[in-house]
Amino acid sequence: MFDFSKELDLEAQRRRAAFYFLAPMIIALFCVAAWPLLRTIYFSFTDTSLTNLYGGEWIGFDNYLQRRELSSGRVIWRGTLVDPAWWNAVWNTVRFSVISVFFETVFGLGIALVLNAEFRGRGWVRAAILIPWAIPTIVSAKMWAWMLNDQFGIINDILVRIGILERGIAWTASIDTAMTAVLIVDIWKTTPFMALLCLAGLQMIPRDIYEAAKIDGVHPLKVFWKITLPLVRPALMVAVIFRMLDALRIFDLIYVLTPNSKATKTMSVISRENLIDFDKFAYGSAQSTLLFAIIAIFVSLYIWLGKVNLSGEGNQ
Amino acid sequence: MAEIILKNVTKSFGQIEVIKGVDLLIKKGEFMVFVGPSGCGKSTMLRLISGLESITTGEMTFDGEVVNNVIPSKRGVAMVFQSYALYPHMNVYNNMAFGMKLAKSGTGDIKQRVEEAAKLLQIEHLLDRLPKQLSGGQRQRVAIGRAIVRDPRVFLFDEPLSNLDAALRVATRLEIAKLHHDMGDVTMIYVTHDQVEAMTLADRICVLRDGYVEQVGTPSELYEKPDSIFVAGFIGSPKMNFLEGEFADAFDCSTLGIRSEHIDFCDENPVWQGEVVHTEDVGSDNYIFVEIGSKEPLIVRSPGRKGSVYGMKVGLKPQDQHLHRFNREGRPIR
Ligand SMILES: Nc1ncnc2c1ncn2[C@@H]1O[C@H](COP(=O)(O)OP(=O)(O)O)[C@@H](O)[C@H]1O
Ligand SMILES: [Mg+2]
Repeated sequence: MFDFSKELDLEAQRRRAAFYFLAPMIIALFCVAAWPLLRTIYFSFTDTSLTNLYGGEWIGFDNYLQRRELSSGRVIWRGTLVDPAWWNAVWNTVRFSVISVFFETVFGLGIALVLNAEFRGRGWVRAAILIPWAIPTIVSAKMWAWMLNDQFGIINDILVRIGILERGIAWTASIDTAMTAVLIVDIWKTTPFMALLCLAGLQMIPRDIYEAAKIDGVHPLKVFWKITLPLVRPALMVAVIFRMLDALRIFDLIYVLTPNSKATKTMSVISRENLIDFDKFAYGSAQSTLLFAIIAIFVSLYIWLGKVNLSGEGNQ
Repeated sequence: MAEIILKNVTKSFGQIEVIKGVDLLIKKGEFMVFVGPSGCGKSTMLRLISGLESITTGEMTFDGEVVNNVIPSKRGVAMVFQSYALYPHMNVYNNMAFGMKLAKSGTGDIKQRVEEAAKLLQIEHLLDRLPKQLSGGQRQRVAIGRAIVRDPRVFLFDEPLSNLDAALRVATRLEIAKLHHDMGDVTMIYVTHDQVEAMTLADRICVLRDGYVEQVGTPSELYEKPDSIFVAGFIGSPKMNFLEGEFADAFDCSTLGIRSEHIDFCDENPVWQGEVVHTEDVGSDNYIFVEIGSKEPLIVRSPGRKGSVYGMKVGLKPQDQHLHRFNREGRPIR
């Protein structure tokens, strides 16, 4: 009658098929993600230099932290972990990420709420709003660099004309304003992306719930806090994670807009500097590895704290 | 508790007119059922009454007060949605209490009213659960409970049973009827496409068709004196038999309607003769399909459970007092 061994075979076949479908992806990911990552981690434990990529020797944790006792008996510590430039970059990165993602989320959600309402031409507005996101970062960074220019920039011109400023500010060059400039451009560029992610979340909320609230006579603000926000939260968390991952490794915008400014140098910028410019390849690798570790810790913490369900199960 | 009057009410979405001039009186405390085929505008009518949609032209009054521009929460209505529309992130208690919290009732008062409603609907043990942890029938009760605690003047139901299985539908139907009885003077408006639901629940039925009111009346009025072929065919199960052509000519009409229970078998001087082509035994009754040469076979209810044999020749005779004669426009000739 029934051949149960065949039944098992079917299961095995299904697994094999799944594996075949996944294999190209796994291979691709290994080549472009896992292998470079492993190489970088390996380099960080050697004294490899850019000129001699394959001649590095294993030196353990020295790139991270190294204890050296001088002949005078004085102990000095060296390595990335005691490098003030590195910690300055960490602080810059974290500050940049938290502030930019915060504003992007607030503005993005606001825009999404507006776009979620029914009005004529909504499709056009939705497409148009994506323009800043669609422009390559290098292009928009250059564009903003000109707009923010202290002598010819349109922004200084406007601010001076309406009397807010007396004299143009060197937005990108000045230590005090460089970070602000970077934040403005990044928020301008990424808010649309956030808005669309939020919009997708908002559209998952069934409309009739709002009608029920209308009949209950719930105040619109209360509807937002008690209904919209809790229900859009899972989508919002995912969006924030995506953005956070992106922001923590910010490079291109800063590299173009405020090159060599101590106020905006981030982890990515500084590790590239060491890898390429200063020919401290292994040292830069150690910083890259730390960057990876910090991002990994950050995201795990966030997921754990927010109990985000990334698998998509259990959603209504 | 409210008397609702609609005067020449229309509703258009853009260019499309969906409700095309409705005059209707809904009496205080009555159970009014809107019935009609899908897409005829039942839900739209209900949403106009709730205030979720505004009427395009015409006038609507609640107890004499014009409510055309009154927002839903000020009309004193409560609505049970087809999809239940429960707040998915709130437990049953909060789902029921949410609307009241905002009406600034005291906490004790809220608790008492929610508990009373929960008891009435036998969902006391579910108060801590989330909607997704409930079965369809339980969700339905919560939705009804949420409506009850609002203590509305008018109860609105939009196809509340359509997502339930057959057995549960019958049971819940009974409970809604009981609820109307218990709540006494609350006006209830109930939308369904199922004429059996309409017949069993309604004090009066309003049959809608393509945005017009086709007929308003008690279930027996609609059953016995339909104002049109449409109503005659829509109300009653199995569907009324319609005969045209020479069958109708013999009775001086354009269409002759006769219900299955109003046809007798007779061997002497039969009006129609034919062959049994099919029988349906539904337990309590036996329906015999007789091919007499009309468009569709004539359905005849067999008295008792007397069986009929396939292919048997039978003679039939309609009961004269139960004939429905319709003219060319589909209106009854009385
Ligand atoms: N918001 C809307 N915009 C445009 N057309 C609508 C809208 N709501 C309903 N309609 C149309 O009105 C007609 C009646 O719909 P409805 O009242 O939902 O019918 P039903 O009797 O099945 O409940 C349908 O043809 C529907 O397409
Ligand atoms: Mg409907």
